[in-house]
Amino acid sequence: MTEFDAATAAVQAALDAGARYADARVMHRRYESMSARNGDIEELTQDESVGLGVRALVGSGWGFHAVPELSDAAARDAGRRAARIAAASARVPGPPIDLVPTRAAVASWAAPCTRDPLGVPLSEKGDLLVGATRAMAEHGADVAEGLYQIWDTAKWFVSSEGHRIDQRIRECGGGISATSIGDGETQRRSYPSYRGQYGTTGWELVESLDLAAHAARIAEESRALLTAPLCPAGETDLILGGEQLALQIHESVGHAIELDRILGWEAAFAGTSWLDLAQLGALRYGSELMTITIDPTIPGALGSFGYDDEGSPAVKRDAVREGRWVGVLAGRDSAAVAGLDYGGSVRADGWARLPMVRMTNVGLEPGPHTLDEIIAATDDGVLMDLNRSWSIDDKRLNFQFGCEIGWEVKNGRRGRMLRNPTYTGIGPLFWRSMDMLSSETVAWGTPNCGKGQPGQVGHTGHPAAPARFRNVRVGVRA
Amino acid sequence: MSTDELELAGHVVELVRRLGGPGAQAEAVVTRADLALTRFANSFIHQNVAESTVGVRLRLHVDGRTAAGGGSVVSPEGLRALVERTLAAARLCPPDPAWPGLTPPSPVSAGPAVDEATIHAEPGERAARVRAFVDAVGGLGAAGYCRTSYRSGAFANSAGHSARGRSAEAAMDGIARAGGSDGVARRCADRLADLDGAALGGRAAAKARAAADPVELPPGRYEVVLEPAAVADLLQNLSWFGFNGKRYAERQSFAEPGAAQFDPSVSLVDDPLHGSNLPYDLEGTARRELSLVDGGVTRAVAHDRRSGAEVGASSTGHAMLGAATFGPVPRNLRLLTRSAAGGGPVGGGATDAGAPDGRGPTAAGAAGAVADADTAALVAGVRRGLLVSDLWYTRVLDPKSLVVTGLTRNGLWLIEDGVVTRAVRDLRFTESYPRALGPGTVLGLGRHAVRQPDRVDGVWWEAPPVRLASWHFTGGASG
Repeated sequence: MTEFDAATAAVQAALDAGARYADARVMHRRYESMSARNGDIEELTQDESVGLGVRALVGSGWGFHAVPELSDAAARDAGRRAARIAAASARVPGPPIDLVPTRAAVASWAAPCTRDPLGVPLSEKGDLLVGATRAMAEHGADVAEGLYQIWDTAKWFVSSEGHRIDQRIRECGGGISATSIGDGETQRRSYPSYRGQYGTTGWELVESLDLAAHAARIAEESRALLTAPLCPAGETDLILGGEQLALQIHESVGHAIELDRILGWEAAFAGTSWLDLAQLGALRYGSELMTITIDPTIPGALGSFGYDDEGSPAVKRDAVREGRWVGVLAGRDSAAVAGLDYGGSVRADGWARLPMVRMTNVGLEPGPHTLDEIIAATDDGVLMDLNRSWSIDDKRLNFQFGCEIGWEVKNGRRGRMLRNPTYTGIGPLFWRSMDMLSSETVAWGTPNCGKGQPGQVGHTGHPAAPARFRNVRVGVRA
Repeated sequence: MSTDELELAGHVVELVRRLGGPGAQAEAVVTRADLALTRFANSFIHQNVAESTVGVRLRLHVDGRTAAGGGSVVSPEGLRALVERTLAAARLCPPDPAWPGLTPPSPVSAGPAVDEATIHAEPGERAARVRAFVDAVGGLGAAGYCRTSYRSGAFANSAGHSARGRSAEAAMDGIARAGGSDGVARRCADRLADLDGAALGGRAAAKARAAADPVELPPGRYEVVLEPAAVADLLQNLSWFGFNGKRYAERQSFAEPGAAQFDPSVSLVDDPLHGSNLPYDLEGTARRELSLVDGGVTRAVAHDRRSGAEVGASSTGHAMLGAATFGPVPRNLRLLTRSAAGGGPVGGGATDAGAPDGRGPTAAGAAGAVADADTAALVAGVRRGLLVSDLWYTRVLDPKSLVVTGLTRNGLWLIEDGVVTRAVRDLRFTESYPRALGPGTVLGLGRHAVRQPDRVDGVWWEAPPVRLASWHFTGGASG
């Protein structure tokens, strides 16, 4: 029995049990991670998970059931159970559900991969982490950590509308962190970001990071931060590095434009959104430098795919065009409720999870400047980089972020290092204050986006470059 | 092949011995889980899911090297492939000089009895509780979930130790929505029958109505009464960053066993078998009660075998997935109530003056804000402060001082002269959690603890409401 056979059996069983629509995903995922600390391997884990999840729509109610078996009997039972669960939803029914049309694709897609990350010898991968963490420890880090993660996912999707799609997506990445411990506080520096940079690509991504070359520097910086002056408190011009701006986009734009949040479907947990669909196309989100796209077609970016998990093809769309809000992340059912004509942003974290609206690659189009030009144009400000803490309210408006490191900027020059830099603001006011944006874009990957109940971990991409924001409150502390 | 979890775990251990040689050390955990969650929003069920899963975890140590693996394939071929690839991985790894060895044969209790009705709960039973919640909010919007879970598992290792157990849990978490104001009610229990959707919905609705028309307050330091949902966030962060044996060994934790780091009224116990839970951890160590703070004095941190060995301590039964990286974490923490801790009344001015009908001291505009007599007793002692229902999106600025930022959510009210007078718009805070609970800061502790569900079944945080002398609000939600 092939994976397509199992998915087809599950869909048919759901239809036979009364569903008016059903789809099923078989997923086979292999995962490997290795972590090292202070020159020793701390943990090596290899997992392999195979199973099937089927989604059924009965009346206006959804049901979902997942099983770890691919036999005909197990698949059919899962389909029947999904329909039964959907029927139970009718005890507390909602409005009628439609699905926006999508072509019933029969297709195969694979992410680009030059060097299979699971094929790289463990000894080579271990040597990389051992060497980098040993170097950090030798250069003053009290806790020197290194990590890589690899996911190799094959999936087969079948729907009652005729979809039949298989995809192979290999993802990997890694990074290093140095922590120095002082009296009453710790200071951390990471490269290229905390827990690393990730993409839908092969081991060539990790090789390109050259982790070992940055080990000594970040260890020394973490030590130096312990005695650096505190980031001053007050309002100033803020320059953010690209990695922190990626996180800013993720939290204050990406989640805010998720249509399920806008519709209130996440109200009790992840929260809602300050955005009102009545203002789509008209609302000024940010300055004219702010153009943000939803683009799952970027080769190698972490949020890329050929088709989403309800069979919609990857398509690039605008979310914010020259500061104006024009698009959302949507699924077929949420788009229908909102009166939109596109989905394309629905994904599931494995075979046992319900597909839901998730970010793909949500990022800034490049600006006209460089980081050096931005610093040179700043008389008095703070440059912050690499995220250390992130917190935002349930409407995605009020945020407070902390970074690993800051630098004073005076008279167009980067000055002394600052410790515990934080900044806070209100999303649209903050984005409207962006007056300089670099062209030095990197598609940062975030492999730990939490959402949903039961919880799901999403992998998202965020093209971003350094930028300047005016009159931002910085230096918030206990 | 048998489907019995203990036989499967034993089979994996035997395979390691056969394929890896007599010197190979192995431990295996097999867990079956049936999880179901009925989710509602805009007052209807919009997501309704169930999963039946099986997972096997293997960790082995061979020729001085360690590797771990896992998967969902428990066929004979799948288990053999798991053992072969984990053995191959171990042989390619650098040496592991800190390998702590296997858990020796030792008794493990059967754990608390599990509720068969919860194990076999049908989708309709969860939907019925959602129906009751939605009906009880009386026309307000409703959102949340009702979930049930069942786990059956076993552990075996090549040292001859084995254990098995079962657990069942139910939880309901919902908000009522009145315009722009939300009220929350949530509870975790060992039995689905103990979850009353109507009672939870009624409580959430009363709080949502009381949260209407909030005013802005300036940031600053305020005395606070934290309801159990908010206290749960403190317990969670204290656990992950403070009572974590790995962070302690790395000197990244504030915890100093033997030091009076908390107010004398604070006693914290990690007590996994206080609720339904598997009675062993990922290394097969028996789970048991662990006193972390007793009368304000820090007593212990949680360890698995590896973090314990690093500081010359024994495992406390806290081995968990990812602990090698994130550290062992207490995840069934109880802040003991005044009566459970054995102490007398706590608190400057706090009395048991709450109204017996559950309605607390509130002005007319905020009726429903105080949902029980326990909270009312704490509110009654506050001259000027804030009543906080829930905390949201809390993140750590520095793990050692445990400075945390986050926001209030699902209801915030001003207390004046012992009376809740009006709703307040959400505030952002930046506060050191150990400092907020430090000596002399806890002005009152409720008598009744409420078990709050975590995002993951089997994990919960149990606390009464707490009155604290000071909480640092650093900004309004609107700026």
